[in-house]
Amino acid sequence: MLKIENLHTYYGNIHALKGINLEVEQGEIVTLIGSNGAGKTTTLGTMTGLLKATEGKVFYEGTDITNRPPYEIVKMGMSLSPEGREVFPQMSVEENLKLGAFIRNDKEGIEESFKRVYDLFPRLLERKKQTASTLSGGEQQMLAIGRSLMTSPKLLLLDEPSLGLSPNLVLLIFDLIKSIKEQGTTVLLVEQNANMALSIADRGYVIETGKVIIKGNAKDMLKDENIKKAYLGSL
Amino acid sequence: MKNRLMENVNNFIMLMEKKKSVKFSVYGAVFLVMLIIPKIGLPMFMVRIMTMIGMYVILSMSLNLITGYTGQVSIGHAGFCAIGAYTSALISLNFGTNFFITALLGAVVAGIFGLLLGLPTLRLSGTYLTIATLGFGEVIRMVILNWESLTNGPLGITKIPRPVFFGIELTSLNGGLYYLVWILVIITTVVIYRIIRSKMGRALMAIREDELVSKLMGIKTVNLKIYAFIISAFFAGLAGSYYAHMIRYIDPNTFTFDTSIMIISIVIFGGMGTIKGMFLGSALLISFPEVLRFLQEYRFVVFGLILVLMIRFRPQGILGGQSRRDYKMPKGVNLEKIMKEG
Repeated sequence: MLKIENLHTYYGNIHALKGINLEVEQGEIVTLIGSNGAGKTTTLGTMTGLLKATEGKVFYEGTDITNRPPYEIVKMGMSLSPEGREVFPQMSVEENLKLGAFIRNDKEGIEESFKRVYDLFPRLLERKKQTASTLSGGEQQMLAIGRSLMTSPKLLLLDEPSLGLSPNLVLLIFDLIKSIKEQGTTVLLVEQNANMALSIADRGYVIETGKVIIKGNAKDMLKDENIKKAYLGSL
Repeated sequence: MKNRLMENVNNFIMLMEKKKSVKFSVYGAVFLVMLIIPKIGLPMFMVRIMTMIGMYVILSMSLNLITGYTGQVSIGHAGFCAIGAYTSALISLNFGTNFFITALLGAVVAGIFGLLLGLPTLRLSGTYLTIATLGFGEVIRMVILNWESLTNGPLGITKIPRPVFFGIELTSLNGGLYYLVWILVIITTVVIYRIIRSKMGRALMAIREDELVSKLMGIKTVNLKIYAFIISAFFAGLAGSYYAHMIRYIDPNTFTFDTSIMIISIVIFGGMGTIKGMFLGSALLISFPEVLRFLQEYRFVVFGLILVLMIRFRPQGILGGQSRRDYKMPKGVNLEKIMKEG
């Protein structure tokens, strides 16, 4: 479904991605883990057209989408829920979700998406008239994910959905990510919480200083001694 | 204490807004009063002030589109005004063209300059864009000052013909200039209202809230910001053209940085991102210096003081932060139905 070949991205003079290779198959949860500054967010930004790749290619369903503008990529069915729960703060929950459907004109489809989001996150339905900035951290995260789902993505990219949430909420969010996958949306999950991410993922990639250093089956990776030491802590 | 007072005022206004009958009778009454103002023997200068208020409603409405709704602060709007005024004045003087055509041309030329300024600068964000617009306003003034063969330099352009409507010359005396500006205000209001209630308006507000996420939602942020800038410049140019034919004299110092600051003060004072606020803001800020005339040279001190107090106690503007209307979804999307099922 998604294939990234030898992707290079620069921030000014800083060489942030040094040849990323990555693949996501239909129906999977793939997780991309790594420490701060490894290039996880940069990878997502380059895939979605927010950042320019200097070298390498991104293929989505067989089409070359390297350096296409974000609005074309969203239309093709790839949606990113950005890091740090970025909601439209002064707008209501419902307005946020409506903006998720900005590019769509299919009446039944939009209604269905609303229903899907409210089914997944009943809290959003309860608070649909509330201003987004007054939601709790977990609710804002749900809203950000829900809004991405409103674009009706085939591939959902999540950037650190567990960031700054309490352990209970983290469990809830990861549970919901599993449900999203079961509903047929492929997920690429970027996380620092490697333990949790690998436990729900099918496959995983570890990146460090702009390169993929380990890849493999998520279950095997969870048991791998080296990964345990470097990323999972001694739990 | 203060906050509670403000809250009560807000609630009252919201309550009144909900009652359709109250709303229509208030608007109807205002409309009637506005209609008869030039005919009830008010002193000439009062009608003139009402006319100036109308002009500033157009200007603030145009700036509000980019500053209030899109979040792009421009302090060079007098530049667009000047372009509209000079274009319209020069065409009507050289070719004897009717005001209604020259004003349109003036607005279009200002719009083109909006595009020219927008293309390179709208990739800038926040403060950088503001500084660029400040520079733009000054560049326009300097060009007008020094391009003597076209603009007559510091001496300005005199004897600009009055607007003529089907053979009737519109003057202050017959109230024509007054009616003309308020008709332009209505046109501007309708156009801006249609824009902000459309899908484009929804996108502009999303850009104001969070540009990055707007991009991720599939909004063409750069294009939309440029469109908004062009429309804004167009109406600023229209107001400038009107001014040229009303005063019948323009020079490089007619549209200065002070004018730009006045426009943005109105937008902030009235309430960014509201339409009613532009009317209220213009009415108050344009009439302040006249009402406070008894204070003589101290009146601008009071003027400044009012602005400072405003920023301290009600930064969202008098009418800001309360009018919220739901976005329109594509035709036929029934959210209520989903609520019931869900």
